[in-house]
Amino acid sequence: MFETLFWHAAKIWAVLIPLFLAVAYLTYTERRVIGHMQDRRGPNRVGPRGLLQPIADALKLLFKEIVIPTYANRALFLIAPTMTIMPALAAWAVIPFGDGMAIADINAGLLYILAMTSLGVYGLLIAGWASNSKYAVIGTLRAAAQVISYEIAMGFALVGVLMAAGTMNLGGIVEAQRGPFWEWFWLPLLPLFLTYWIAGVAETNRAPFDIAEGESEIVAGFHVEYSGMAFAVFFLAEYANMLLISFLAATLFLGGWHSPVEGLPVLGPALAWVPGTIWLILKAAFFAFCYLWFRATFPRYRYDQLMRLGWKVLIPVTVVWLVVLTGLIYGGVGPWF
Amino acid sequence: MRPLSDYLNSFLFVELLRAMRMTARHMLFRRSITLEFPEERTPKSPRFRGHLALRRYPNGEERCIACKLCEAVCPALAITIDSYERSDGTRRTTRYDIDLFKCIYCGFCEESCPVDSIVLTRLDTFHMEQNEERVVNKDQLLAMGDKYESQLAADRAADAPYR
Repeated sequence: MFETLFWHAAKIWAVLIPLFLAVAYLTYTERRVIGHMQDRRGPNRVGPRGLLQPIADALKLLFKEIVIPTYANRALFLIAPTMTIMPALAAWAVIPFGDGMAIADINAGLLYILAMTSLGVYGLLIAGWASNSKYAVIGTLRAAAQVISYEIAMGFALVGVLMAAGTMNLGGIVEAQRGPFWEWFWLPLLPLFLTYWIAGVAETNRAPFDIAEGESEIVAGFHVEYSGMAFAVFFLAEYANMLLISFLAATLFLGGWHSPVEGLPVLGPALAWVPGTIWLILKAAFFAFCYLWFRATFPRYRYDQLMRLGWKVLIPVTVVWLVVLTGLIYGGVGPWF
Repeated sequence: MRPLSDYLNSFLFVELLRAMRMTARHMLFRRSITLEFPEERTPKSPRFRGHLALRRYPNGEERCIACKLCEAVCPALAITIDSYERSDGTRRTTRYDIDLFKCIYCGFCEESCPVDSIVLTRLDTFHMEQNEERVVNKDQLLAMGDKYESQLAADRAADAPYR
């Protein structure tokens, strides 16, 4: 009894500690990458090449006061950050880091992911409402409308993965993509893959879909009134979610832990020594980099344009492709089905 | 044909990819233009208007003759001058105070000075730790002038042909 409990806890920490480190250094990478994209240098003073910057930032936030506005709802105001980080971390339970290397190898993995990523928005809603501030409420309304709209497109994209793999178990989905890179799902599901990625960026409220934050119009949206560690928790949740979406994109569409040259005559055996987890991390790192790239490149969507894209472009595209996909599967097209 | 190509352009992300290519190019190939401030500084013009200073003649005599033109021309009323008659009959200052919080670094005092006494140096970074330190007196201004005299003389010489 205790032994199993211990091992479960050990597994959870084995995922969470690298995750927190990755989040910390994602913020550093973001500032450096966007800095260089804008011909700046980014933080380079704290430690060699600025590498200790995230630690300095974390310490600063830890020691700052958490200001609670007089007219805020105290209980909800303090619960909200916890409610955003909880699902952001819980969703990592089903990510397979290698063959059978998931904390919880459950058969409804895909549904669980969908449930957890949707739960995250409740923290946002409560944060905005409990702050009792105009900007926070506007940000909250935007976040709610945005997440509802993009969840449908995302759900449809995941239905495509489900149809192609024939299972909701994430490990099973990766297994179904065994083979070199053209046998992964990104090719037959290309429109769904792109839709999933766009919807994923929108789900995490990142640029160019960051209208819930919209610092130039509504200051910081739902988290205007937050300071210190409460703010840091929101930040942590946002970046954990970014990494989660990146890992999911790699798992669902880019063959998870499979090597891109698996089964090829010369390259396959030559790169067989690289562990699967490394391949997964490399693929996810590419998506995480894309998040930063988008933020440095694209201006923020206007609210009505965002709605138009979600309802009138992404959802029709996914529906049409699901029909095409049905044909592909019945026809047994290509190496995928 | 036009709507069709527009459709294709937006579905193939043509413009988005072009934009991303540009940011990637800036990241990979363009050098950052940031200067690491305390170690690196921007080049300055000889006409740069920084902290104020009072100059001396090469023989050590202070240039200021207490004509009070600078005090009169100062738009921010930052300069206060008191004068007396020295034993050799010349008019000299007993007090020459500049309030650095009032000063707007317009350079009118330097323009008005008939003897090139009050000047603006290249010093653009300085600070005070007490409120009273905002008023710099004659001794401090003269010390400033002594410290930067070679630079000040060179800057005035460089600018002389355009005056």
